[in-house]
Amino acid sequence: MSDKDDLVLDVSGVTLQYKTPQYLVTATYRVNLEVHQSDRFVLLGPSGCGKSTLLKAIGGFMEPVEGTISLRGRPVTKPGPDRMMVFQEFEQLMPWKTVLGNVKFPMLASGRFKGRDAHERALAAIDKVRLTKFTDVYPHMLSGGMKMRVAIARAMAMEPDILLMDEPFAALDALTRRKMQDELLALWEQVRFTMLFVTHSIEEAIVIGSRIMLLSPHPGRVRAELNSPGPHGDEAEISHLSKHIHDLLFGHELSARRPAGVA
Amino acid sequence: MNTNTMKKDALKLRVRPEFERDLVDASTIGAAEIPLTPLQRLRNNTAFRRGAILVMMALIWQGYALWLNNPLLFPTFSDTVTVMVRDFINGELLGRVMTSMKVLIIGYVIGVALAAVLTTLAVASRLGSDVLATLTAMFNPLPAIALLPLALIWFGLGMWSLVFVLVHGVLWAIALNTNSGFRSVPETLRMSGRNYGLTGVRYVVLILIPAAFPSILTGLKIGWAFAWRTLIAAELVFGVSSRSGGLGWYIFEAREELNTSSVFAGLLTVIVIGLLVESVLFRAIEVRTVQKWGMQR
Repeated sequence: MSDKDDLVLDVSGVTLQYKTPQYLVTATYRVNLEVHQSDRFVLLGPSGCGKSTLLKAIGGFMEPVEGTISLRGRPVTKPGPDRMMVFQEFEQLMPWKTVLGNVKFPMLASGRFKGRDAHERALAAIDKVRLTKFTDVYPHMLSGGMKMRVAIARAMAMEPDILLMDEPFAALDALTRRKMQDELLALWEQVRFTMLFVTHSIEEAIVIGSRIMLLSPHPGRVRAELNSPGPHGDEAEISHLSKHIHDLLFGHELSARRPAGVA
Repeated sequence: MNTNTMKKDALKLRVRPEFERDLVDASTIGAAEIPLTPLQRLRNNTAFRRGAILVMMALIWQGYALWLNNPLLFPTFSDTVTVMVRDFINGELLGRVMTSMKVLIIGYVIGVALAAVLTTLAVASRLGSDVLATLTAMFNPLPAIALLPLALIWFGLGMWSLVFVLVHGVLWAIALNTNSGFRSVPETLRMSGRNYGLTGVRYVVLILIPAAFPSILTGLKIGWAFAWRTLIAAELVFGVSSRSGGLGWYIFEAREELNTSSVFAGLLTVIVIGLLVESVLFRAIEVRTVQKWGMQR
């Protein structure tokens, strides 16, 4: 497979602006990135670096004022089920549908899968996130971590070209977050989906990502793109990478006062 | 000096011994469930509690009417019920109820349909939203009954005048609630819906309506109450529509004949129908939807 064939997402020279009642905010400035097949691509940066806005633009929810976004060679113009989004908020689940209903909904609504096929795919996805016991339960009876697993199952069942995850674990407690990170990686080992993951935690970026893009704030510009050893890398390597990222993002003024690796 | 050292000693934390334990066996706790007594279960039953309140009120009514002993002003509960049952059996009251219900349902359905169209337009565009906001601000405070003279000029003495007034009574309350419900749908849920490629009417039907259902249900309830109120008032004011009058007309006629227990029977019928719709129909919808989904307690 040549390099061009496994290019999934191509973002080139993208400048994003949005209006608040008072200001015109430039969220990102001429950002380039390439996500390849089965990448675990992480967008990392402090708040205000436009990483979530960039993800929304890739999702098709806003149009760049400059540059192009294309998915497998097709330009992105509107939201679509070829890019499934997983959000941070638990409200992304539909309270009026059961776990099964939620997972099936996008397949049926988009017409991508139908009838028995959709049903079986949904059950398989629910099984992958170990929620089979809760298939017929409504979301309000689930814990935060379980809701997030439903959202991930729902997105994965669609077999999108790319999974867009906007700080999906930020609303969870520390222990659950660790567990969810491990589970997400285990799922990736099985399915090898392509994902673009946004986070502001250096630690999470190193654990989740195979490649990490650092964005600087106000407006978001590319600072660096680094390879991560992933969760199985040795400790010295990881702590070195963590310190390196920290220095790149915050310079030296902060790193003197805080131990490396604390996000 | 001495007191100072004493203070310092008191501030020092006392070190307590650490310990680790094997867990106590907790498997027996399951047997500790105590079943509720029949009386407790009865008291937990909403229908029973509400029913008890109704019985109590009927008893107070009966007692007061007997004590007052003036059937022309205040007939007893039993007299009222007797007249009500009699008129239901001879078909008079039932016919009146049917006439009223027919007008009511036609008006209500048209009102709901118009509200659906207006709020969908309001969701689809900013112009639609401005139109709806302006219209509701203008017409919601306008009492429906105030439009009756105009309705009579436009539609004449007949059912359609009543329907016109009813639609006005229903439409704005439902549109206002539905619109505010739509606007409070979380942004994440909206984005999820659009992510699956949903647009237009499908987006409204599959995402917005269920997500805003608690508000919509409130709107439907308020609309129902407004409709019922407006209808009885309109019937009282201009009475007969074509040949057969409704429930309001029944009450009005009874007053003309100074037949107080019939007036009461008419009012009681209005109340009973209102109670049934509220606590049976709407309650059933609530239990099967917003409560099951955890959107409302």
